[in-house]
Amino acid sequence: MSLERLATVDADRIDLDDASAARAALTRRTSARAAAHALRAGGLLLALGVLALAALLGLAVGAKPIPPGVVWDALWHFDGSYDHTVIRGLRVPRTALGVAVGAALGLAGALMQALVRNPLADPGLLGVNMGATTAVVAAIHLFGLTGVDVYVWFSFVGAAAASVLVYLLGSRGRTGATPVRLALAGTAVSAVLLGVTNGVVLFDDFVFEEIRFWQVGSLTGRDLEILGSVAPFLVGGVLLALSLGRSLNAIALGEDLAAALGARIGRVRALTATAVVLLCGAATAAAGPIAFVGLAVPHAARLLTGPDQRWLLPYSAVLGAVLLVASDTLGRVVLPHGELEVGIITALVGAPVFVFLVRRTRMPRL
Amino acid sequence: MTAVPLRSVRLGPVSFRLRPRVLAVCLALSAVVVAALVVCLTVGDYSITLENVLAALAGRGKRLDRFFVREVRLPRALTAVLVGAALGTAGAVFQSLSRNPLGSPDIIGFTSGASTGAVLTILVFGGGMLSTALGAMLGGVGTAALVYLLALRQGVQGYRLVLVGIGVSALLGSVTQYLITRAELTDALSAQVWLIGTLNSREWSHVASVGVGSAVLIPVLLLLGGRLRLMEMGEDTARALGVSAQRTQALALVAASTLTGVAIAVSGPIAFVALAAPQLARRLTRADGTTLTASALMGAALLLCSDLAALRLLAPVQLPVGVVTTVVGGTYLVWLLYAEWRSGRA
Repeated sequence: MSLERLATVDADRIDLDDASAARAALTRRTSARAAAHALRAGGLLLALGVLALAALLGLAVGAKPIPPGVVWDALWHFDGSYDHTVIRGLRVPRTALGVAVGAALGLAGALMQALVRNPLADPGLLGVNMGATTAVVAAIHLFGLTGVDVYVWFSFVGAAAASVLVYLLGSRGRTGATPVRLALAGTAVSAVLLGVTNGVVLFDDFVFEEIRFWQVGSLTGRDLEILGSVAPFLVGGVLLALSLGRSLNAIALGEDLAAALGARIGRVRALTATAVVLLCGAATAAAGPIAFVGLAVPHAARLLTGPDQRWLLPYSAVLGAVLLVASDTLGRVVLPHGELEVGIITALVGAPVFVFLVRRTRMPRL
Repeated sequence: MTAVPLRSVRLGPVSFRLRPRVLAVCLALSAVVVAALVVCLTVGDYSITLENVLAALAGRGKRLDRFFVREVRLPRALTAVLVGAALGTAGAVFQSLSRNPLGSPDIIGFTSGASTGAVLTILVFGGGMLSTALGAMLGGVGTAALVYLLALRQGVQGYRLVLVGIGVSALLGSVTQYLITRAELTDALSAQVWLIGTLNSREWSHVASVGVGSAVLIPVLLLLGGRLRLMEMGEDTARALGVSAQRTQALALVAASTLTGVAIAVSGPIAFVALAAPQLARRLTRADGTTLTASALMGAALLLCSDLAALRLLAPVQLPVGVVTTVVGGTYLVWLLYAEWRSGRA
């Protein structure tokens, strides 16, 4: 399945004395590389097709199944009937949010793993998730505020504050933001915040009652307004992330080599961290801290693309969106009554697939 | 890392490397543990003078003193020391094996399996302390075995082990979350307390179980320490130096997992000790490789001091110690990182 394999040409058969043979080898090599690129681009289109299918399914499936024809009509010829209102008012916002959050988490995970070059890194490692949780706990405990639309801004501010702290702590000193120091700083700050929230939660039953549902991560009860308020951050994060592929490829070679190749390591790291905070912070603000997507999706994407970040980043985004939308749809029908939060389903569905993929292939390392 | 002056000591047929800074740190940490033990025994809502503590330990003195010292405070403090040492050692071994500063017993799914097992016991069977410990142990061992088997394919490749661990842990984490969101509030709270980790009302039976486990397994791991340090230089180098990498890996993995299991069954999965103790020890000793003894002592000191704070900070309310370990350990790690870059060593 490795698409890398195509790009290699048997070099020992090239006779360097023979100019025409060299030219032929060059042509072969170029065309092999073009073929690999075409294959990857095709794969990406295929993944986008799967995403479209998953989104359509997300619109049709639910407590009240609606036939695809009616879904189509509701999207393009809205007539105000009950079915159409359900689709327009509930399922479209939810599915759109699922696509946005999933893509953001997948992308943020790929960036984070490239930034700290650690397979155990998830986007929450910069302190984003714990910062958001702490802020939401504070909102409930100190101000008695509840409601998803209130949590959005608290969690976004908390996430941003925690990650700035982590980055400052990890990036000072002679060597700058080395992967190990960033990871340790993130773990330390997250741990302190975890202790504080745990302490509050234990003494305030009301907070626990609220937070145990928010903490799982869910797409229920979110309207288009919430998506609208986080959208600028998401778009900014996606654009920034996709522009970083080439520089991250250089950084993957190691600091010294990257510097020799002209990469400005400090700047690339700071930009990557910014993109992670924008993406993961916005996603967490909108849906709560959803685990697993950011951690596992990039590993799965790497199995398809190899280590090239320029392909890995878009693949991670699309696969993350597919996983989240499909999980959300499944969560609506899996129980006889009510539904399961998407944060629970992502791992239940994603983990077996992930383990299967990991077992099947030789792992491309970070 | 700064170079540590090399000094070797020869005692008859045995010679070993003496690392003065490591030795000093170990002695200092031991002193901290002993001092904290003394404070733990004397201080409380019912305070006892040091003389009376010593008398009570020797079996003399007032009946009430004897009860508090020997039946309440000593078992709790010893549990803290043993669990801390176990978690610190196991964490150091996992970080060394995975060559990853974020490595901890979690990476092979042990902690998440134990958590799911225990929460299931609490919520579904309304389990007491013993059945919860049993549920945790079964869940942990079962999960670790599953992760190992799933990663097994022409030998275990370290990277694959880590990734399979991520997958299985996430799956079980989901199950735990599901159970917590669907339970009654009071049940969910008691499950949450277990998940945070507590040492409240621990007795001699707990000391015995974690004591036996540590007494057997920590020496095994300490003996493996030298080989682990060699393996950190790369498996090929280690093999060339006569270390059988596969066997050392498997042995260390089994011993460290069992050690974690014993500790978690007694106290719940106290967060962060396994992760932070080795890093803190490494930064204090400035050693190049893993230092298991220092990690064990650091774990014991961290947990004992945290438990003291958990008891006294908001007295008479008793915090679960897991709340304090994360705050104390996390702050300490933040401070060490900060000090490191200020002194320009980083």
